[in-house]
Amino acid sequence: MRNMPAMTPTFVPRTGNTGTGALPRLWSPRAWGILGAAAVVLLVVVPVCNLVVPAGSAFHLSDYTVTLVGKIMCYAIVALAMDLIWGYAGILSLGHGLFFALGGYAMGMYLMRSIGRDGVYKSDLPDFMVFLDWKAYPWFWSFTDHFWYAALLVVLVPGVLAFVFGYFAFRSRIKGVYFSIITQALTYAFMLLFFRNDTGFGGNNGFTDFKRILGFPITAPETRVALFMLTAAALIGFLCLGRAIVTSKLGRVLTAIRDAESRVMFSGYDPLGFKLFVWTLSAVICGIAGALYVPQVGIINPSEMSPANSIEIAIWTAVGGRGTLIGPVVGAAVVNLGKSWFTQALPEYWLYVLGLLFILVTLYLPRGIAGLWARKPS
Amino acid sequence: MMNLAVYAELKAREGPTPSKATGISDGHVVTPGVDISHGAILYLDSVSVSFDGFNALNDLSLVVDAGELRCVIGPNGAGKTTMMDVITGKTRPDAGTAYFGQTIDLTRLSEPEIAGIGIGRKFQKPTVFTDHTVFENLELARKADKRVWPTLTAKLDSAAYDRILANLETIHLAPEAKRQAGLLSHGQKQWLEIGMLLMQEPQLLLLDEPVAGMTDDETMRSAELFLSLAGKYTLVVVEHDMDFVAKIADRVTVLHEGHVLAEGSMQQVQRNEQVIEVFLGR
Amino acid sequence: MNGLMRSCVRALGAALLALFAGAAAAALPADVVSALAFGDGDERAQAIGKLVAGGDAAALPLLQALIDGDVQTVGEDRVLIVKGDAATDAVTGAAVSPLPASRDDVVVNNRLRRTLGTAIAAFKLASPDRAVRLAAAKELQNSADEDALPAIVAAAAKEQDAEVKGLLVQTQASIQLASTDRATRLAAVRVLAGSDSGATKTLLAGIVQKKDGKFVESDEEIRAEAQRSLAAVEGRLAKGDIAARVFSGISLGTILLLAALGLAITYGLMGVINMAHGELIMVGAYATYVVQNLFRQHLPGAFDWYLLFAVPVAFAVSGATGVLLERAVIRHLYGRPLETLLATWGLSLILIQAMRTVFGAQNVQVENPAWMSGGVEIMTNVVLPYSRIVIVAFAGGVLLAVSLLLTRTRLGLFVRAVTQNRGMASALGVRTPKVDMMAFGLGSGIAGLAGCALSQIGNVGPDLGQSYIVDSFMVVVLGGVGQLAGTVYAALGLGIANKFLEAWQGAVLAKIAVLVFIIVFIQKRPQGLFALKGRTVEA
Ligand SMILES: Nc1ncnc2c1ncn2[C@@H]1O[C@H](COP(=O)(O)OP(=O)(O)OP(=O)(O)O)[C@@H](O)[C@H]1O
Ligand SMILES: [Mg+2]
Repeated sequence: MRNMPAMTPTFVPRTGNTGTGALPRLWSPRAWGILGAAAVVLLVVVPVCNLVVPAGSAFHLSDYTVTLVGKIMCYAIVALAMDLIWGYAGILSLGHGLFFALGGYAMGMYLMRSIGRDGVYKSDLPDFMVFLDWKAYPWFWSFTDHFWYAALLVVLVPGVLAFVFGYFAFRSRIKGVYFSIITQALTYAFMLLFFRNDTGFGGNNGFTDFKRILGFPITAPETRVALFMLTAAALIGFLCLGRAIVTSKLGRVLTAIRDAESRVMFSGYDPLGFKLFVWTLSAVICGIAGALYVPQVGIINPSEMSPANSIEIAIWTAVGGRGTLIGPVVGAAVVNLGKSWFTQALPEYWLYVLGLLFILVTLYLPRGIAGLWARKPS
Repeated sequence: MMNLAVYAELKAREGPTPSKATGISDGHVVTPGVDISHGAILYLDSVSVSFDGFNALNDLSLVVDAGELRCVIGPNGAGKTTMMDVITGKTRPDAGTAYFGQTIDLTRLSEPEIAGIGIGRKFQKPTVFTDHTVFENLELARKADKRVWPTLTAKLDSAAYDRILANLETIHLAPEAKRQAGLLSHGQKQWLEIGMLLMQEPQLLLLDEPVAGMTDDETMRSAELFLSLAGKYTLVVVEHDMDFVAKIADRVTVLHEGHVLAEGSMQQVQRNEQVIEVFLGR
Repeated sequence: MNGLMRSCVRALGAALLALFAGAAAAALPADVVSALAFGDGDERAQAIGKLVAGGDAAALPLLQALIDGDVQTVGEDRVLIVKGDAATDAVTGAAVSPLPASRDDVVVNNRLRRTLGTAIAAFKLASPDRAVRLAAAKELQNSADEDALPAIVAAAAKEQDAEVKGLLVQTQASIQLASTDRATRLAAVRVLAGSDSGATKTLLAGIVQKKDGKFVESDEEIRAEAQRSLAAVEGRLAKGDIAARVFSGISLGTILLLAALGLAITYGLMGVINMAHGELIMVGAYATYVVQNLFRQHLPGAFDWYLLFAVPVAFAVSGATGVLLERAVIRHLYGRPLETLLATWGLSLILIQAMRTVFGAQNVQVENPAWMSGGVEIMTNVVLPYSRIVIVAFAGGVLLAVSLLLTRTRLGLFVRAVTQNRGMASALGVRTPKVDMMAFGLGSGIAGLAGCALSQIGNVGPDLGQSYIVDSFMVVVLGGVGQLAGTVYAALGLGIANKFLEAWQGAVLAKIAVLVFIIVFIQKRPQGLFALKGRTVEA
């Protein structure tokens, strides 16, 4: 009988990082080199060029540039999170702006309380509460004056919301566009909720006019650069985390779910748990990005939750190339640099450009910029 | 639980249980989960399924013995695939019961749970993970702890690695190991899917039209493979290719309009008047 | 009210009585008119009384002009009614031209204004025109007090029309409640049970309430009777409230229906996720705007009928836009829903910006034709605006047309064939690309009709579509894919639910509650809503 004869191996399979999972094997040596160079630029060169190099010098980086790059790195983290769920697991979320905003609001609560009595009304309460004639903080503001508690909220609020929502959605096997539409409705509902003054988050003005973070003045150049470096470190960290996940067996199960979910089920994996894992993780990463974003740009308001914002995240990822890790980072950078150029130079044309991007990328560039790059060598 | 009287009656109708099954029950097929002490591994009792008023399965009863190689034939739309859907938990029966061994009620389990207790299924349309290599396909299917955390931290040890290589030889895909599964031919995908089933080490294999799209030569090789698997595993094979069925079947079940029309050896079935009328006679 | 006013009004009441007794008409006496214009408060009130007593219809314009601030004096004796550039002599009624250069306004204070209002209403109660009498009775219902009682009683006795009479009797009763005679009050309380005004409810509630542990009304029988009447009035008011809410729910529902009906075809039948659907609605609204402007410029006489022309134009423009989008982009993406979603979102951004470029970022003004303004009053407090009624009817018509189109025509047959089995349909010789194009055009055209309807009740701006897209997708998702009946139920259901929740918790929370409901609903019935039939599911 030919009962599965044991044969000598005839090849060495490429199975990604199935083996040890040790840090050095996470990326190829070349990728490590690029990553290291990026880390040096972002963590050393940029801070020095901004803080040390005098303003007149050709090597000086303006505050504007630093803030812009910091902002774009936050977007890149969001695009990366989007890629984990969409590019790898095939689930298109049109509600990721919500998780980003919730992380931002959680951080914003801490920043609002750090204003102390320096607000317009010189009150212990934030100005908008004074304006609404509130006498005390609502219960959900308790402890938000402690940084670590706020930091916990940054992770927990998007995480728990995503977990609960995802559990119900994935359990009833809502997939594809239905899932996308429902997530869009979710962020829309939250936007309406946060627009209300009574909700307790400053209504349509949201939070702004922050004064300090952890005791440091928030507009000081050093604080700004510290936040920038933190964001850069987070971006690099999440890139490595993403790499560890997508090269693990779990990462391969995710891709398998994307390509043939029923086969995954009949192979004995319950897709619910896997989807929930990557969905919740993705939401948490978004929340952290939001928390890094708010102190840098100095404002958070409900428009961050608008469906249009969330769908734009998808286009960053698509432009860069979903299903790759570097793609979303590149995409977020390209689209947002384009946006900030256009909105200054030719504001009325930006929507045309963005609209065309959506169309052209889906029609002609399904694998994004990274796809172009990958095709050339082969 | 299945009505034992019904079971006894079915058995009586079928004649003596093939000796293979009794030889199996004390062998290595027995795993803690499945109780096959009565010789049979799968019981379907008066299962009915309807889609918007159309009866895809109509009072279907079927018993498969452990270690048996059962072929199920029937015209298009007879309900063969739907029967597999019921067994694997994809479709819930409107009436009737489905038991795996003496104790496991399949109608209460989800698809992954059913796969986990040892039922593997090959789809009518070959379904593999197109973006993964052949090797990775097998690796993912391999029997392992398939919960989220263990999967995240899973490592491929050398024993598992060897098993995958052995499997690659069995399904004649060793040269393709590094290719993307999406690039394989239809027949190769069929083989790969069978290979993935074997990696799951199931007790019961449900194969829906496994040789469709294979060359004659490949069909012969699958016949050999299935025969070699019988006894060690229980196989339920749905096929339209009568020569293939004649070659491999211990026993054949004929389905028609969601109901068992006849059951017995290939010769018995071929002599059955009704069967000739609805199916073979065409 | 002070004593002076009281006496004035009493005099007025007596005068009204005389009026209804059929006092002979006389020319306006000059001394009375001059007292009205030049006298102090007391004299003026008396003058009003005399005028009413005179019962001359010529007095009504003068009183009205007085309350409108159109009465002016010239020198020490002449009194004029001045409307714009035209003036008439208050006494003779003759036209005065040219207008004397120096004139003084006659200023009416609030107290006199009230007296005038009641007097005018009383005057109007004698009018032969039912509508005028009805309006007067309503006016009195809210303003009359005990002094006007005799006039009201007399008018009620003479009144033939049931509705006007009912109003007068109730007004009479609510005044009589203050009477000292127990029997009168008891009768009054009973009469009030027939009322459906909020004021009556307050009045009756006042009778039964407790103050400082004691009942305001000491008489137990009156109290019990008032309680019963109060319940009746409240019941009637609640009914009106519910009716109003149901109607506004239906109205919102039909708007959702119009917005979602096009989606039911493009998404429900064809499976195309068109995020630019809202923008096709917006295009339809702008098409209506352009037609309106053309009529205003070139055919001002036919302005009232511009909508008849705008409806087909909106359909055609949106339909053509839809066909264009389908040809250029969407057809390349059939079978790839997520890509379609993103690409059509891009299209929507371009359409929005295009409208901004052409028409500006501000909202534009679309005017209702005259016959659509106003409304019918089905109960007190419940007015159904004509524009909304027309839209409900319009949506019904569109729905009927679409379902006939789908079930009775060749195009409908082809659309259904293609959506059910594309391969088979094309094997049978159906030109599937053309059917796709036509079906998409139809869905887009219906979006245009929705835009035309929306332009009649809301703002028209580039962002118009964005506010409807989430709602209309919810309707289709809830109603189930591939069927019109589900869409209808879902749209009306969501509309009505939204309005009721709105009354209970406010608009935003209502919207959120509806969204949460949909999410929960989908938990319960995912397969009923989204199940793809047949074997497509396996892979
Ligand atoms: N999800 C479903 N919804 C509606 N009808 C279905 C569904 N699944 C199967 N059917 C119908 O049930 C009947 C039995 O289908 P089934 O796939 O079990 O047949 P089969 O015996 O496998 O046929 P074949 O030999 O063609 O594979 C068919 O008429 C089919 O159309
Ligand atoms: Mg089948």
